[in-house]
Amino acid sequence: MAEHEWDREHVREIIHSNKDKPGALLPILHGIQDALGYVPADSVPLIAEALNLSRAEVHGVISFYHYFRNTPPGKRTVYLCRAESCQAMGSEVLEAHIKQRLDIDYHETTADGGITLEPVYCLGNCACSPSIMIDKEVHGRVTADTFDDLIKNMQVIAK
Amino acid sequence: MTTVYVPRDSGALSLGAERVAAAIRAEAVKRNIHIDLVCNGSRGMYWLEPLVEVATDRGRVAYGPVHVRDVVSLFDAGFLQGSSHPLCLGPTDDIPYLKNQERLTFARVGITDPISLDNYLAFEGYRGLRRALEMAPSAIVDEVTTSGLRGRGGAAFPTGIKWRTVLNTASDTKYIVCNADEGDSGTFSDRMIMEGDPFVLIEGMTIAGLAVGATQGYIYLRVEYPHAHRALNEAIEAAYQNGYLGKDILGSGKTFDLEVRLGAGAYVCGEETSLLESLEGKRGLVRFKPPLPAIEGLFGRPTVINNVISLASVPIVLDKGGEYYRDFGMGRSRGTLPIQLAGNINYPGLIEKAFGVTLREILYDYGGGSATGRPIRAVQVGGPLGAYLPESQFDTPLDYEAFSAIWAVLGHGGVVAFDDRVDMAKMARYGMEFCAIESCGKCTPCRIGSTRGVEVIDKIVRGVDRESNLKLLRDLSDTMLNGSLCALGGMTPYPVLSALNHFPEDFGASTAEKAA
Repeated sequence: MAEHEWDREHVREIIHSNKDKPGALLPILHGIQDALGYVPADSVPLIAEALNLSRAEVHGVISFYHYFRNTPPGKRTVYLCRAESCQAMGSEVLEAHIKQRLDIDYHETTADGGITLEPVYCLGNCACSPSIMIDKEVHGRVTADTFDDLIKNMQVIAK
Repeated sequence: MTTVYVPRDSGALSLGAERVAAAIRAEAVKRNIHIDLVCNGSRGMYWLEPLVEVATDRGRVAYGPVHVRDVVSLFDAGFLQGSSHPLCLGPTDDIPYLKNQERLTFARVGITDPISLDNYLAFEGYRGLRRALEMAPSAIVDEVTTSGLRGRGGAAFPTGIKWRTVLNTASDTKYIVCNADEGDSGTFSDRMIMEGDPFVLIEGMTIAGLAVGATQGYIYLRVEYPHAHRALNEAIEAAYQNGYLGKDILGSGKTFDLEVRLGAGAYVCGEETSLLESLEGKRGLVRFKPPLPAIEGLFGRPTVINNVISLASVPIVLDKGGEYYRDFGMGRSRGTLPIQLAGNINYPGLIEKAFGVTLREILYDYGGGSATGRPIRAVQVGGPLGAYLPESQFDTPLDYEAFSAIWAVLGHGGVVAFDDRVDMAKMARYGMEFCAIESCGKCTPCRIGSTRGVEVIDKIVRGVDRESNLKLLRDLSDTMLNGSLCALGGMTPYPVLSALNHFPEDFGASTAEKAA
């Protein structure tokens, strides 16, 4: 796998500033993912050493949680809710539209590196179903048309 | 200067509240009118969001749903004076949906500025803590026990008993952990509290700390709630700066520190022992019980772990007394339940009612029937591990025992409606699929059973050895129910078997079979 460039010093800083917290591993992983968009596989030894854990233990935690990823995401991440309330309001039609429109499946990134698609099991926006989240922004009562509008705006931003 | 309210609740924001607030600000500047724009929580009437309110001498007047394109006409009509407009809903407090509720835990949500401590204090905030500071720990626990409060996360365990156990367990370090990993689909009351009145949760946790002798609290918040994260951190900061958190709380000599920790998208971390593992920085594997978390919890220390709503209900119990709270409700379900109505429904939202209201009242009197206008065929109550209820069970009162009598659960109070186009075999399959995706993998019935469950349902639907596969599905469900380590595997059979029992026609049953 091609190695992606990432700022080693910045990651060391994140590890250093969190490592003395009780239960420091999740705060560290969040810190790294917030900064880089993912947790690079070769940052694992740095984390393991700082917390006196084995690399396997750190890898095990990263792989356990759906949110943590070890590859860079697209510029924006679309989280599509698959849960019951959204299903009751037609999220499966929306899901089909989004996958077709972006030409990707879940956990994939568009060819231009612009958008990653992830499933999510409830955004707590069930009274405004169906819902999606783009990065940290939640959108309610999303239709195929409003999704296309959001994408158009995102492509403007991406440029 | 007129005060205008536009919610910062993520539901309202998801429908454009931020753009509406910006448009109102800009239009006021353009017209050279000074307004005070407050970003409140949501009133919980989501079909009206973004709901804009204006403070008038007749009380607050509501307009909604307001879009950016409506803003100019609202100014033209004189909405700052509460004048009529096609979107005008009259005084907010007179809207029946809101008026007919019993809002105890949600008393301030949608009314106050969530991150203003002054506002919180002006609306009876921190009265519970002040009273608790004058009481012995045991007396605080007694008050909570008297209230009859049971865990609102779903398990409905008496909160007072849990606290008593932690109080009576000697240790130099104890913890208060708030389970804010609101992963149950169809539920959003925790989110609304954290975004709309974060101080009430902070106050509840502080009282819990005083009651059991804990000085450190953690809020384990799901990463899917970025707005709640921001609101909590702002409120915690304000509480520290004003002596409501930290050392020497309000000059009492008592200490309580509080920190928000983020989860990472694992549903199972809403299970209390898995959550504790996660807080410790590990994979969220469920622990064997005993020992109970109250005896050996976070980092092996006695720990109170409660849901957001349980903790947020404590301040009013301490302020008005356990008996006041206990006088709401029915049977052994005391107080109120914030019901979250969602799915295919006309008027989705947050309805806080005393226990005892029927599902039918919630669906029709409040919800106004399905959004599509078609008959409501099935309702899932209590999240993804809750049973599906058919129309014949809609008269069941919302009460823990009444629900368990019909092999259903109230859970965290989520109600998701489906119209007559729902395919219940597909919903049952989804139940198993969800369990397979989210299983922590520690116990076999959950880890393997859920995957086998998906396969068996697929076979039944395709008509492959239907009879023997139906038997197999029931057998498998029995193993999961009785053999799983926690509620994830242990309750997945609820949506699966309730779908099969109440809607056999969707699983390819013939008319003759149905009649039998």
